Amino acid sequence: MSTNRIKITINGKEEQIPKINTLADLISLKELDSKKIVIEKNLQIIDKNNLHITNINENDKIEIISFVGGG
Amino acid sequence: VSDYLTIDNKELKNRLFIGTGKFPSKTILKETLQKIKADVVTIALRRVDIESKEDNILDFIPKSSQLMINTSGARSAKEAMRIAHLAKASGCGNWIKLEIIPDNKYLLPDNLETLKATETLVKEGFIIFPYISPELSMAKRLVSAGASAIMPLGSPIGSKRGVKTIELVKILIDEIDTPIIVDAGIGHPSDAALCMELGCAAVLVNTAIATAKDPIAMAEGFNMAVKAGRIACNNATCAQSSFSNASSPLTGFLHSND
Repeated sequence: MSTNRIKITINGKEEQIPKINTLADLISLKELDSKKIVIEKNLQIIDKNNLHITNINENDKIEIISFVGGG
Repeated sequence: VSDYLTIDNKELKNRLFIGTGKFPSKTILKETLQKIKADVVTIALRRVDIESKEDNILDFIPKSSQLMINTSGARSAKEAMRIAHLAKASGCGNWIKLEIIPDNKYLLPDNLETLKATETLVKEGFIIFPYISPELSMAKRLVSAGASAIMPLGSPIGSKRGVKTIELVKILIDEIDTPIIVDAGIGHPSDAALCMELGCAAVLVNTAIATAKDPIAMAEGFNMAVKAGRIACNNATCAQSSFSNASSPLTGFLHSND
């Protein structure tokens, strides 16, 4: 039986998201600007140029990181 | 004559490094950085809040500024290295203010973990600015490991208590050829001026500017203090003396009949 949703963890929070193929799809889904973020998938940093060829699978742990003010 | 601080082949004109936390707004931050022509600006990495998207801080920092990414939140060398790798992947350069802090009460750094991370990250090509409790032998080890500067704390982060570690900082300035940049605790322009007079290469200020009534005005005050201190450092000649040394000719005729 196929399902059209998958469970992943984004920034420590478990989420059911529509089934998508790649990290680039996830960025579109979350309406983020890939130029301003860095993504880790299961603790591996994903090069910006490889977002569209990096698959997302059930139970993946995704960290989406950006810059903030700091001293 | 130019008096630039050169690090990683970059000529830095402004020796007041600015931390970007706690500003009342990003617009005020932007105006502050523009006003003083900040050359080095620190930022931090955090998880994106997907629910409430904020303006990206990078849009408020002049493109000409050198970014220095801090590893705040790291409690070990391993965590700091993870942040450094993320910073590099972000495309924001390889200057890392290495702060490894296991203690939340005083935010005092773990010098030993900082050394471990420095050794590895320098080999990987990062430009490392370790934030440490001022201690000579550790500073020497960090320099041997390839640190580009040493950043001793003046007093606990955000405390604005001034340079309580002054005697230890002076020893670092005397004994270490690598730039010494006081970071943390600087509360007033006079603190910054003092650091510069003693021979610090730069100072990093955040809270005292960001939380001032008018951050832009306060940044100007700090900017003048840093420049004044630097001028004094380069030009002062008078050794201190226990006794007075008259500046005016003592008017001899008054007591010529004594």
